[in-house]
Amino acid sequence: MTDLFSKFDALIQQRETLLSTGQRDPFSLVMEEVKSPTVAVVNGKETILLGTYNYMGMTFDPDVIAAGKKALDDFGTGTTGSRVLNGTYQGHRECEDALKEFYGFDHAMVFSTGYQANLGIISTIAGKDDYVLLDIDSHASIYDGCAMGNAQIVPFRHNDIEALEKRLKRLPEEAGKLVILEGVYSMLGDVAPLKEMVRISKEAGAMVLVDEAHSMGFIGEHGRGVAEEQGVMDDVDFIIGTFSKSVGTVGGFCVSNHPKFEVMRLVCRPYVFTASLPPSVVATAATSIRKLMHGSEKRAHLWENSRKLHAGLKALGFTIGTDEPQSAIIAVIMPDLEGGAKMWESLLNEGLYVNLARPPATPANMTLLRCSLCAEHTSEQVDEILGMFERAGKATGII
Amino acid sequence: MTDHASDPLFAEIKEEIEPFNAKGVEVTRETSFQKDLEWDSLTVMDFVAAIEDRFDIIITMNMQAEIETVGQLVDAVTKLRG
Ligand SMILES: Cc1ncc(COP(=O)(O)O)c(C=O)c1O
Repeated sequence: MTDLFSKFDALIQQRETLLSTGQRDPFSLVMEEVKSPTVAVVNGKETILLGTYNYMGMTFDPDVIAAGKKALDDFGTGTTGSRVLNGTYQGHRECEDALKEFYGFDHAMVFSTGYQANLGIISTIAGKDDYVLLDIDSHASIYDGCAMGNAQIVPFRHNDIEALEKRLKRLPEEAGKLVILEGVYSMLGDVAPLKEMVRISKEAGAMVLVDEAHSMGFIGEHGRGVAEEQGVMDDVDFIIGTFSKSVGTVGGFCVSNHPKFEVMRLVCRPYVFTASLPPSVVATAATSIRKLMHGSEKRAHLWENSRKLHAGLKALGFTIGTDEPQSAIIAVIMPDLEGGAKMWESLLNEGLYVNLARPPATPANMTLLRCSLCAEHTSEQVDEILGMFERAGKATGII
Repeated sequence: MTDHASDPLFAEIKEEIEPFNAKGVEVTRETSFQKDLEWDSLTVMDFVAAIEDRFDIIITMNMQAEIETVGQLVDAVTKLRG
């Protein structure tokens, strides 16, 4: 008999080797208490959170919490059904209305996660003879959406305008084409050249989908994302987003101006064949989205934090994923997985949580310590964070 | 099967393989990208991009899944160039 698990032996081995050195497992951490968007208790120790994607700090917003409690009382704990059967409550509609208003688009569809939004939209709209062109650094949910459908998949080099243009030109003119881009790429925190990429895609007759998971609420004049910032909102056919980052809860969505968009509710399997979000979740999401429309002060402070952390880490001698801060993600490049894990643990001992990211999720086999800032981090917390990085960096010999 | 020494396309593809051939493996039509050259997915992506640009073609991920050896790539490029 073949043990179906034998294919994981190399990974199990790698993990055991790492843990046998006494290294704490970076992938099984428990938050014992969460005190605010920026502070939790981990292993009994108060810890600053710098790796949560809770960009706008909405998780403890009093209005958002009140809306969730009210929905819990009024509508119960769950819908026990699909959006197309018994699972669409008043709150799901209100949440979609909030999204339409936030983006200024005609249609909005709420999914149970952002992962499912990508899975559903990509696998459904791109059929067998259509082509999907995607940046090679795309998120797993985008790749999985491609794998679930049966379109022809064409990856191109990260953020390379010419590579995209050349590939568009090689495709049959009459073929259906979908170009998939992200506003902010979450590994290095770099922004896409959407202005040029959207233009050449439209010139080639392609539809464009932009995943704005890591820009909602703080990039662009109204916080609509990188497409807004670069002035190409009108040429984007679909925006995918998530409630699990700036919005501060869980869920995903797609907004579009396509006149036939509503048909997606009937044909998109990851929308149809799963239960809808609980009433309390859509109520918190709708309230949070509406508050994000007026979050300019918080936005400004988030950018201030991002610039301060970037400059501070650079001055300490760390290697950062981008020369300038382009988003609220600051990725610190580690020499290797072992060094990265040591530094991660050392930071945790200092009382700081960051994300450890490693291959294959990372580009070019890099090991990264990904820091994501929150509008609720105080300037003093950023100073504290820099002190922790300095001590941990020196203790591990990384700087 | 073509005698690879005299196949100009094989020679061109071999030339594109060289910069990625870290192990200095002897390349024949039977050489496997994964088993012999031991390329990871990132190396494969870079190599495919180089082949696409050299021959002005597109090798979709769907096609890549069917290509295991250098010989199969030569045949696929022949077909794609028409
Ligand atoms: C670019 C991108 N798209 C989609 C997702 C999926 O979002 P969710 O957490 O809602 O499933 C994420 C986050 O993990 C992401 O980074």
